[in-house]
Amino acid sequence: MAAGDERKRAEDHPTFEPSSAALLSLPAAFLVFLFAGPILYALYLGFTNLQLIGPHAQSWWFTGLANPRRLLHDSIFFHSIGLTLIFVIASGIIGQTLFGLILALLMRRALAPIRLSVGMIVVAAWVVPEVTAAFIWYAFSQAGGTLGIVLGMLQTNFLFSAPMTTVCIANLWRGTAFCMLVFSAALRNLPNEVLEAADVEGASRLQCLFSVTLPLLGPTIVTNLLLVTILNLSDFTLIYTMTQGGPGTSTMTLPIYIYQEAFTYYELGYGTTISLVLILIGAILSLLFVRRVGAQQ
Amino acid sequence: MDRTAPATSLQKIVIPYPRVSLADVLGNAVLALVGVAFALPLLWMIFASLDKNAGWRIRLPNLTLENFGSIVTAQGLQPFVNSFYLAAVTTVVATALALLAAYPLSRRYVPGKRSVTLLILFASGLPVTMMLVPIYQMYATLHWLDSRFTTSLFLAATALPFAIWLLMNYISAVPLELEEAAGIEGAGTLRTLFSVVMPLILPGLCVTAVYNFITAWGAFIVPLVLDSTPEDQPGTVAIYQFLGAHGMIQFGQLSAFSLLFSLPVVVLYLLIGRSFQGGFAFGGGVRG
Repeated sequence: MAAGDERKRAEDHPTFEPSSAALLSLPAAFLVFLFAGPILYALYLGFTNLQLIGPHAQSWWFTGLANPRRLLHDSIFFHSIGLTLIFVIASGIIGQTLFGLILALLMRRALAPIRLSVGMIVVAAWVVPEVTAAFIWYAFSQAGGTLGIVLGMLQTNFLFSAPMTTVCIANLWRGTAFCMLVFSAALRNLPNEVLEAADVEGASRLQCLFSVTLPLLGPTIVTNLLLVTILNLSDFTLIYTMTQGGPGTSTMTLPIYIYQEAFTYYELGYGTTISLVLILIGAILSLLFVRRVGAQQ
Repeated sequence: MDRTAPATSLQKIVIPYPRVSLADVLGNAVLALVGVAFALPLLWMIFASLDKNAGWRIRLPNLTLENFGSIVTAQGLQPFVNSFYLAAVTTVVATALALLAAYPLSRRYVPGKRSVTLLILFASGLPVTMMLVPIYQMYATLHWLDSRFTTSLFLAATALPFAIWLLMNYISAVPLELEEAAGIEGAGTLRTLFSVVMPLILPGLCVTAVYNFITAWGAFIVPLVLDSTPEDQPGTVAIYQFLGAHGMIQFGQLSAFSLLFSLPVVVLYLLIGRSFQGGFAFGGGVRG
């Protein structure tokens, strides 16, 4: 994506025209107020004892390092970091990315009817709203549900017996299409000559895959991994709708833990402290992403 | 050999001579299997929505349209109205503001332009929904909670960075000469933007608008937190409440509701999805 290409005229007359400033002012004010505002406010709220309901709902104050200290001794916080890592790695990186890549590779050589119908189904799973996907998988994994029939475990409620695995599979189902589309597009743009040359040289398909195709896809894979991590890190809707973080805390990833602290236990200040951790991780990943895209321009 | 022919979507690479190998057969079989596995959950919902007494188990429906009928007759349509309101206001605000920002950023001299552009890209990768606690507190202080309009404004703010980025790409693709001609004719910036640039980037504007609409239509946590008025709840929150609150779930009705709720998004995707798969995926997934 090439945006904001420098134009000759702008270079010749580098004056910041009043009309440009006027056009920019409205969106800039909007973003400062409703985008930068909440982030900056979080930097303060995270160090206060603000509550939604309770003694510190009306009178609350700056509490210094009390919240970060509490965070360091909060075993559920570390538990939820672990779950978030499992979710991102198992479901996002290994699941969606690897699976999406395999699907894209298989589709190149598949028969047209199979390719088109499978593509349509996988994309449909991704296009439906996330809440709908969550509802479908909630029903799918109940005792006596379709998943149990398929696996021959009729009386198993998978959201109780294997909640994290079930949520990861649901997320794999929902998110694979994104990676598949990205990789399919990248595969279409590969230079045909290189593949032909390898073919002529008599390279086997596996050799072709590992020494030609995958290296050529390298940059796409890295960019895609960053995106997938960003997307899965902040996922709330799917897990929350399916399990609300439970049973107990067994699917409580960071976004859900934040929501629970802030809006179920009314600890707005402490909830914000945990948010700051997530915003920080997200900022680092987004920065890496910007560096990659910026370098490509 | 027609290797030079531009490959259309998901087209396989044409091989010079037919070579049916075990690998090809296996590949097709695996794909077909994946297709069936992916289709099962969707099929369950479709069957259940048409079934008189649907359950968890997938089965051919005992055909009825009652499930759809009960949504229309009961108060079931209000969530659709609310979702439409949220998505429409978000779309109008975010797309209009994105146009105002994208034009000078891609065409005029703006101090620190490159940094601003990268900052916008950076912002579109942030986990926005996690600003929810501070925005909740801000809205509480301003008495902005429990309103569909202010909720849409926050949705618009979260969609704006990516919308600007998208539109900048479309504006950059328009040849500069037309605008220069307009400038020589004495048209001001605003006139140039609205009567020369806007018609040219109409497809891009549509794509941006549709992207904003789809994102806001699926928004869940933002309306859940910022607007707790029961009459204001959008379809997403309605589905969640339905699942959480009822021990005995009316699967048929809920499936019919979910299916109807997915329909607008599916239609919009079919209309424009192909034109920006990758970019759409990126922006669409960041927000919950």
